[in-house]
Amino acid sequence: MTSTLPAWFQARQENAKQRYEATPTPKRGDEQWRFANIKQLGALPSGGVSTADPQALIARSTGLENPAAKFVFLNDALISSASDLPQNVICLPLADALEQHAELVEEHFMKQENRLGSAKYSALHEASVKNGLFVHIPDNTEVEGSIEVHHWLSGETTVFPHTLIVTGKSSKVRVIDIFRSADDTTPGLAIGYKDLYAGQNSALDYISIQYLNEVSRMIAIKETSTARDARTKAFILNTGAAWARNESMSRLEGPGAHSDMLSVSIPDREQEYDQRTFQHHVSEGAYSDLLYKNTLYGHSKTVFSGLISVDENAHHTDAYQTCRNLLMTDDCEANSMPGLEINADQVKCSHGSTSAQISDDEIFYLQARGIAPDHARQLIARGYSVEAVSRLGDEETEALVLRFIDEKFARVR
Amino acid sequence: MFTEDTATAVLDADTKDAINIDRTKGDFTFPERNKFDAGWGLSSKTVDYICDVKQDPDWVREFRHKALAVFESKPMPTNWATEDLNNIHFDKIRYYLSDGEKPKRTWDEVPPEILETFERLGIPEQERGFLAGVEAQYDSEAAYSNMKEELSKQGVIFVTSAEGLKEHEEIFRPWFGKVIPTGDNKFSALNSAVFSGGSFIYIPKGVKLKQPLQAYFRINSESFGQFERTLIIADEGSEIMYMEGCTAPKFETATLHSAVVELVALKGAKIQYITVQNWSSNVFNLVTKRGIAMEDAEVRWIDCNIGSRLTMKYPGVVMKGEGARGEVISIALANTGQHQDTGAKMIHAANNTTSNVVSKSISVGQGRSTYRGQVHIPKHLKGCKNNTECDALLINSNSRTDTYPAITVKGNKHATQHEASVSQVSEEMLFYMQQRGLDEGQAMSLAVNGFINDLVREFPMEYSVELKRLIDLEMEGSVG
Repeated sequence: MTSTLPAWFQARQENAKQRYEATPTPKRGDEQWRFANIKQLGALPSGGVSTADPQALIARSTGLENPAAKFVFLNDALISSASDLPQNVICLPLADALEQHAELVEEHFMKQENRLGSAKYSALHEASVKNGLFVHIPDNTEVEGSIEVHHWLSGETTVFPHTLIVTGKSSKVRVIDIFRSADDTTPGLAIGYKDLYAGQNSALDYISIQYLNEVSRMIAIKETSTARDARTKAFILNTGAAWARNESMSRLEGPGAHSDMLSVSIPDREQEYDQRTFQHHVSEGAYSDLLYKNTLYGHSKTVFSGLISVDENAHHTDAYQTCRNLLMTDDCEANSMPGLEINADQVKCSHGSTSAQISDDEIFYLQARGIAPDHARQLIARGYSVEAVSRLGDEETEALVLRFIDEKFARVR
Repeated sequence: MFTEDTATAVLDADTKDAINIDRTKGDFTFPERNKFDAGWGLSSKTVDYICDVKQDPDWVREFRHKALAVFESKPMPTNWATEDLNNIHFDKIRYYLSDGEKPKRTWDEVPPEILETFERLGIPEQERGFLAGVEAQYDSEAAYSNMKEELSKQGVIFVTSAEGLKEHEEIFRPWFGKVIPTGDNKFSALNSAVFSGGSFIYIPKGVKLKQPLQAYFRINSESFGQFERTLIIADEGSEIMYMEGCTAPKFETATLHSAVVELVALKGAKIQYITVQNWSSNVFNLVTKRGIAMEDAEVRWIDCNIGSRLTMKYPGVVMKGEGARGEVISIALANTGQHQDTGAKMIHAANNTTSNVVSKSISVGQGRSTYRGQVHIPKHLKGCKNNTECDALLINSNSRTDTYPAITVKGNKHATQHEASVSQVSEEMLFYMQQRGLDEGQAMSLAVNGFINDLVREFPMEYSVELKRLIDLEMEGSVG
């Protein structure tokens, strides 16, 4: 990074480097890595050079028809940007924000402690982060449309994309991150971090589409903080990567706070998706709802470990957690660990997890209507995924997500 | 939901008196009268002492010593369990206490104070009423063991585990330590090293017991560790219901109860194992219980955990034969100073096996209840099903509950579902009942009994009534 970085940031990076070195690498026996195949993460690639043509990648960065702003990064370096945002909105690469809005960034940058097992990789990210997107929406400002960000990985290297979004009082924004590989054969690694802060009475939607090539790996850590009467909606789509671990923490920090955590994952072949979630009710009178839907093909594997944690005095909490696994082959494996830790009464909390295959009766029903068995299975699987996608509540965004889902289904067909 | 329990309603006055519960019922002790005392702490000398007193065969002595080595090599499981385990001081426990008497076959032969202990707990009364046989363990050894004569004639064996391993070695040994290997966990290793007492039961092919067998475990001595070992083998097509009850007086020092229970249900057999535990609040109750169910067999654990300082108990079923069925039904009540860490383990190891777990917990005051579960369906199987439901009820604002299930499903036409919920007795519900003349405490008690009512019905009637009263007693003073 440039030498104009603020002193606090340089100190944080130095401290994080020491923390990374002092923190032991997770082991198979660690409770927070239970069922995970930690070996899949392997060594951290470094030094690989991008061979991709930036202009070609910009051309391939297609998403929404008319995004409010669009940024394209190649290995964390900005290669294209366009914005039609209101003037009072700050939306720029993190590297620039550190120079131009250092105090704002410092106020929110990686404030929460990692609790879901990747403290080492969180420290590595903090020590190594170079760029990403910083979005700050002032009070009483609503962004129409979505901010679309393309993150391209090229070369056998490790990247550290960071997304920091802060919404002021009664504001609104939607950000879509799309992670893709420049080619199908180079094994890159992304250790990404998302800081999401929804101010009082604001609405913050965040969509992450992980569509890396199937030899790459990803650790994606997400911290969401939802203030009084605010609403956050975080959606994760996993279709790519050989191995991906998503750690999603959501803090409900004020009465009336509302957090939706949604995910669709479609692993195939030997792909493994490891999902760890934490719904942390700090405040009374908050609502959180999690819906994770996995459709497993080939020899793939998913791990879901979720916890609803209700602090003392967080009364009148309303929290739900659902993980559903659809097993499409005889060789796939779904692991579920839905958990509750409740330290207050006056709560309504429940969780559920199911794992099952499509029943023969359902296939027969569609066959009886002239639909071939393979097509029938895909129809059911797609409909199954749509339940989570439809909760995004924005037709254009839903269509974009479904486009990536359909591309995946076309490959596993 | 809130009507008078039908089980209570149909009891006559005498029966009601017989099962009437005094809150101090279990909290009394008699002076120790031990002829054999292994002293404090655990070493290979302790193990040898127990072997010598019990005149164990060589294979048992070897088994115990190997287990001691495993126990010493294993760390406390505090990486996932409560740190309170670190408060167990293994060097401040007495591992074997016995008066050196053999189990008596009639209550008349039992020493007076031990007889009085069990009279006060109502065991002889229950035996006369509805049991097919009773074993009553007092500290390390059984004081009484008897079974109805007609069952002996059918070939049923119901003896202490010490008698089982000596007198029925050909049946006992092939299964002993096979369902729960010594190294399964630190406490199963501990039990394997110093086990004493417990039951050995064999039910021959096709024999179906109409009345239950019962064991009652009583700790009388302070700073004592009780390590009973139970093995039940139900041969093909047989059926048995076994019930155990547990109490201890309250001492200033902690007491350890660490049992191992192994069940073997051969083809088509059914085993139903019922526990009503009412340990005093200083007991660490760290128990390993598991059953194997062969083809079309069924193992059913019905478990009620009240009392103890810390209970860690996850009854399991390994479904090894096609069509086998496993079930765990449990109720836990955690009051202030107590942690009920309970759950279930369902290991599917054959095609078309089914398992069911229903767990309900109530946290009162500052009590903490935890559900910890495991369901495992491996890749090579097909057509397995699991259903798990766990519900927690919180009574006070500082009560606590946790749920930590782990479900692994690989592949072929399997279906699993897990649901858990946490709720509290609503103010509207209490108000409604108070409007009909109940005070707040009665209303809360009725609501709690309503919460567990469907599970209480799974217990034999005599137990279900006792259970409800135990819960009422625990709930006393919890409102407000």
